Amino acid sequence: MSGTTTYRTCPRSGLQFEAHAEKLMIANAVAGVVFLLLGGILAVGIVLTRWPAIHWLEADTFYQVLTAHGIDMLIFWIIFFEIAVLYFCASTLLRCRLATPRWAWAAFALMLIGAIMNNVAVYQGSSSVMMTSYVPMMAAPSFYLGLILFAVGALIGCFVFLGTLVIAKRDKTYTGSVPLVTFGAITACIIAVFTITSGAIILIPTFLMSVGLVKEVDPLVYRMIWWAFGHSSQQINVAAHISIWYAVAAIAFGAKPMSERVSRGAFLLYILFLQLASAHHLLADPGLSTNWKVINTSYFMYFAVLASMIHGLTIPGAMEVAQRQKGFNKGLFEWLRKAPWGNPVFSGVFISIIGFGFLGGISGVMMGTEQLNMIIHNTIYVPGHFHATVVVGTTLSFMALTYFLIPVLFRREMINPGLARWQPYLFGFSMYFFCLVMMGAGTLGVSRRHWDMAFSGAALAYEWPGAAYLMMGLVGVAGIAAIVGGGIYIYVTVGSLLWGKRLDTGVKSNTFTPIPPTAPSAAVQGYGSIGFAAPGTFVLAMVFLTAFVLYYFINWKYLSTLWGLS
Amino acid sequence: MSAILPPAERLWWKHPLDRVEGTWIVIALIWCLIMFAMMVGWHIYGKQNLSTETYRTTPEKFTAKAQAFVDKYTVRTETDLKTPVVAPPPGSDIYMIARLWSFWPILELEKDKTYRLHLTSMDYNHGFSLQPANINIQIVPGYEHVVTVTPNRAGTYSVVCNEFCGINHHTMVGRIYVK
Repeated sequence: MSGTTTYRTCPRSGLQFEAHAEKLMIANAVAGVVFLLLGGILAVGIVLTRWPAIHWLEADTFYQVLTAHGIDMLIFWIIFFEIAVLYFCASTLLRCRLATPRWAWAAFALMLIGAIMNNVAVYQGSSSVMMTSYVPMMAAPSFYLGLILFAVGALIGCFVFLGTLVIAKRDKTYTGSVPLVTFGAITACIIAVFTITSGAIILIPTFLMSVGLVKEVDPLVYRMIWWAFGHSSQQINVAAHISIWYAVAAIAFGAKPMSERVSRGAFLLYILFLQLASAHHLLADPGLSTNWKVINTSYFMYFAVLASMIHGLTIPGAMEVAQRQKGFNKGLFEWLRKAPWGNPVFSGVFISIIGFGFLGGISGVMMGTEQLNMIIHNTIYVPGHFHATVVVGTTLSFMALTYFLIPVLFRREMINPGLARWQPYLFGFSMYFFCLVMMGAGTLGVSRRHWDMAFSGAALAYEWPGAAYLMMGLVGVAGIAAIVGGGIYIYVTVGSLLWGKRLDTGVKSNTFTPIPPTAPSAAVQGYGSIGFAAPGTFVLAMVFLTAFVLYYFINWKYLSTLWGLS
Repeated sequence: MSAILPPAERLWWKHPLDRVEGTWIVIALIWCLIMFAMMVGWHIYGKQNLSTETYRTTPEKFTAKAQAFVDKYTVRTETDLKTPVVAPPPGSDIYMIARLWSFWPILELEKDKTYRLHLTSMDYNHGFSLQPANINIQIVPGYEHVVTVTPNRAGTYSVVCNEFCGINHHTMVGRIYVK
C-alpha cells in the first residue's frame, strides 16, 4: 500500500507532504475559499440592507441572502478548511500517509454535492429559513438533504483523520506522544463526530417531515438537538483555530508550549465540557428547568471557559518565552514590540487571539449567563458575539495559516506581499469595530435577522432610539471595510495560486522519513524552574480579567433595574 | 518547535508548571466559581429570573382562554385592526398570543403590580422582545410559558418579534401600556 504514494519534503519548511494528502488538502482548502468568496459576496447584501440609510434589498431577498450567508460561512467555508487542517495535522505533522485516500475523495465529493445542493435550494427561494431552520417553518427537502450529505461527507473525513493517526502509530513515524497541535486536532475531530451526529439526528427527521413521511418534529426538541449541532460546530472551530495558534507560535517564533500538561489538559476540558455550552441557546426557552439551565451553562460551561482562558495565556506566554530567549528581555513588553508584525502569519494570529478573547470570549460568557441572557437573546448582540469568535477567531486564523501554506503547500510565491501584510490589520480591526457596534446596537435591543428597524407597514411600530440607528449605520461602514479586507485575502490567495511563481517542490521519496526524536535538553526541561517566565503576558491577562469583571457586573447592574420577573 | 513536534520528554505530564500558568489557572478558576455563584445567588436574592412554568398547549385551547380573557377585560380598541386593549386586575392571569404577524391583544398593566403572563405561538417560533426595557423571551409553538411579570416603570412598551418568522416579520410588533 505505502508503495503507491510519494513523500515530498518541503525545502522551505522541512514539512513532509504525502502525495494523496497534499492533493486532498489543496482540494478541501480551495473549496473552502470558494465558499468564503460566495459568503463574502452575500455579506455585501446583508450589511447594505441593515445599514438603515441604504436599506438595499427587498425583504424576501434579504432573508434568502442571510440564510445562504450563514450556512456558506459557518458550515461550508469553515468545515472544508477544517478537513484540510485535520489532514495536515495527521498526515503532514506525523509524516505518514493518509488513510484510505479513496474514502477521503468520496467524503470530499459528498461534501461538495451537499453544499451545492443546499445553496441551490436556498437560491430557488423556498428555503429562506435561516441557518437554524427551526421547525415548524419548513424548507425544501433538498435544503435538508444537502446538509445531511455534507455532514456525512465531513464525518467520513473525520474517520479518515482518525485512521491516519492509527497508520502513524503502526508505522512508527514518531516516538512518544503526538504533537500538541495534532492533539488539538484530535479534540476538534472528537467534537466534530459528536456535532455531526447531532445534526444527523435532527435533520434526518426534519427532512422526512419535509417530504411528508414524518408528521411532526417537536419544536422544542428540535431546538435542543439542533443546537447540539449548531453550537458544537463552532466548538470544532475553537479547537481547530487554537491548534493553529499553537502551530503559528511554533512556526513564527520556534516557541514551545509553556507546559504540555496544561495545554493538553485544557483541550481535554473542551472535549468533556464544551458541547454542554450549547445549552445557553435555550436559556430564554420555556419548558426547561432552572437546574438544567444552570448546570449546563455555568457549572459545565465554565470548565470550557477556564480552558479558553488557559489557552489565552499559554499561547502568548509561549511566544513571550521564546522571544525572551532570543534576547528581547527589556521590560514587560519588548518581546511583543519586537514581534514580526509585518508577517501576516503572525499578525493575523495575534489579532485573532486578542479579538477572540476580549470581544468574543467576554460577550459569550454574558450570553451564557442564565439571567443576563434575557437582555441579549436574539438581539443583534448575538451576531456581534459570534462574528468575534468565528470571524475574528476562526476565519482570521485560517487566513493567517493560508499565508504560511501558499509557499509550503501550494508551492507558489505569494503575489503582492505588501497587500498581504496589511490584510490582517484591515480585516481584523474592521471586524473588531463591526462586532463592537453590533453589540452596542444589541444592548439597545435591536433585533437580529430583521429586515427593517423602521417597522414599515406595522400597525404598532416601535421607534428605536437615535443611537441604535447610528450603531447600525456604523455596522454598515465597518462591514464594508471588513468585506474589502476579506476580498484582499481572496485576491492574494487565489491570485498566488493562479499567477504566483512556481516554487521548487523539494525532494521526493517513496518512503516516509520518521520524525527524529527530540533530545531532551536542559532548556527543554523547563520553564517550570525559571519561575515567572512570561510576566508581560500575565499583565495582559490581568487587563483582560479586569475588563471581564467590570463588564460582567455592569450587565448585572442593568438587569437589576428591569421589570421583576419570576 | 515542539507544538508541531512530539514532546521532547516522554513523561511530559510530569513537567512542572510555571508560576505564571499556575497563578493564572487559580485566578481563572476562582472567577469561574464567582460567576457560578452569581447565577445561583440571583435566584435567591435577585428579582429578574425567568420562570420555567410551562404547559403543553394547542392553538385551539390557548385561543379559547385568551378570548375569554379579552371578552372579560377589554376597555377599548386601537388601530385600524380594532385590536382590543385589555386591562386585567392586578394578580390575574393575562394572555398574549404570538402569530403571523402580530401580538394579540394589547395589554394595559399597573405599575408595581404582578401578573401571570401566558405566552404561546399559534404557528412558528416567535420572539418576545420588550422594548425599550430589552427583555427577551423565546416563544415556542405548542408550549404555554407562564412568566410572572412586575412592571416597575410607567410608559408605553413595544413587543418586537425578534425570532425570524417569515416575510412580514418586521411588521410583527405588539404593545403593553403600564400606568
